[in-house]
Amino acid sequence: MADLRESVIAVSYIIAAVLFIFGLKQLSSPSTARAGNRLAAMGMALALGATLLDRQILSFWSIAVGTFIGAVMGIYFARTVQMTAMPQMVALFNGMGGATAALVSVAEFLRLSRSGTIGIGESTSIVLGTLIGAVSFTGSLIAFGKLQELLSGRPLQFPLQRLVNALTLAAIFGLGGWVVIGTGGATALWILFGASLFLGAMFVLPIGGGDMPVVISILNSLTGLAAALTGFVLHNQMLVVAGVLVGASGTLLTLLMSRAMNRSVANVLFGAFGASGKDSAAAATDVHRTVRQTTTEDTAIALAYARSVVIVPGYGLAVAEAQHTVRELATDLEKRGVSVKYAIHPVAGRMPGHMNVLLAEANVPYDQLLEMDQVNGEFPQTDVVLVVGANDVVNPAARDDPSSPIYGMPILDVDRARNIIVLKRSMGHGFAGIDNALFYHEKTRMLFGDARQSLTEVGQALKSA
Amino acid sequence: MSQELVLGIYVFIMAIFVGFEVIARVPSVLHTPLMSGTNAIHGIVVLGAMLVAGSADTPLLHALGFIAVVFGAANVFGGFVVTDRMLEMFKKRQAPTTSDEEVKTKADG
Repeated sequence: MADLRESVIAVSYIIAAVLFIFGLKQLSSPSTARAGNRLAAMGMALALGATLLDRQILSFWSIAVGTFIGAVMGIYFARTVQMTAMPQMVALFNGMGGATAALVSVAEFLRLSRSGTIGIGESTSIVLGTLIGAVSFTGSLIAFGKLQELLSGRPLQFPLQRLVNALTLAAIFGLGGWVVIGTGGATALWILFGASLFLGAMFVLPIGGGDMPVVISILNSLTGLAAALTGFVLHNQMLVVAGVLVGASGTLLTLLMSRAMNRSVANVLFGAFGASGKDSAAAATDVHRTVRQTTTEDTAIALAYARSVVIVPGYGLAVAEAQHTVRELATDLEKRGVSVKYAIHPVAGRMPGHMNVLLAEANVPYDQLLEMDQVNGEFPQTDVVLVVGANDVVNPAARDDPSSPIYGMPILDVDRARNIIVLKRSMGHGFAGIDNALFYHEKTRMLFGDARQSLTEVGQALKSA
Repeated sequence: MSQELVLGIYVFIMAIFVGFEVIARVPSVLHTPLMSGTNAIHGIVVLGAMLVAGSADTPLLHALGFIAVVFGAANVFGGFVVTDRMLEMFKKRQAPTTSDEEVKTKADG
């Protein structure tokens, strides 16, 4: 019977692996994405169900109680979180996965080291799994803190930071080698665990909030790798396959995302974006500093008598949860015969696709959403561009100023439109932490305030315009 | 090197190619949901946590296993649910007016 049991487990794992692969394939196309996610979830259910048949498991109590608590927590947060806070939710769940991988590695070391020597393959996997899992855990928590605005989104740097990181990493490799050759023991592994937790935090703290999507993607693939390493320790091919699938697709996704922002991954990790931007911004400061403010009434009139309006949403729209208000305003304008389009920058907001998700939630029709390449040619014929809480993605410095830290990032050429109205909370900087010449442009009018409130007032003023 | 380790390395390398190939043509709108979906899949590590928790025989191993199961389960369940919520927004819909009417008819009926 034991053989039958093992066969059932093995076959279930193979089916689960196939479901994961098909799930991922479907997740990368809009029409099948939701079904793909469900397929992957089915694969997960099958893999976990089969694992419960494993003869190694003697007691089900802690598994049942632990799974219940984790599931309730996960589902509760996942269901109650605002759409705008999705990115940090992904970071948080990713951190939990990282912690799991590290804890499993440490626990397996403790168990195996009682029963004699550990093979070099296992001990190397344990050391790497602990290191990568722990880095992913604290790194994700810091990313969560930055996106949730519990921590400053600006890059945090302090003297000797790189030296401290290099020394920590050297200590980790030293301890790791000691554990692998079999003399370090549990104490060395615990210290390695602690040092890796520290390293994860130090690694993400100096990175600015604008680069968090790329960082979360990197940490995501690291957790996948850590999961695969625990597979080597536990001799479990399911963990290896699923972990590596995530590690590899996550790495490719990281490259695609940084390409969309025209930033190299190395630049994201070690560039400390924003910290160097002050100089060039300061140089441009003296030339033209006049900000022209406008009122909600003037904005309403400018919009009402325009023939074509393009709305450029950004993170400010997400923060103010103004997606429904902006859609109502657009509907009112269309009733007056104004053509309204939305220009979506691939990395507007804090995650690629962030704006598409929010506007879709507000029932904005698909055909009104234009991608950057489609819309950039239309700006010279556009009467009014309404920038709602976007900043870096419309900064002409990315196109014109080679000394700017965001130089080379593809942007929406809103400065080529006839009139520009910018809704913004204040003159604060975007994630890149740099100044935006668009706000001082002679065609630009600034409407300060919370985006939703401003848009509501513009909507009311429009009724009497 | 043991036969099993060699086999594991084979699987590792093959899975890298599959992982790259399978998402090679993803449009940028789906970057976030895809990241979230892969995030849920690496929650598979809870499987390792289950094996640790189920075979634990000291208080320390019990504690480590239990915490690992809680975190891993949160990763799996939260990950899939959050991805589903994101993707719900991508479903095809009619013009806002018709869907409003539909809702009304349903409510009346």
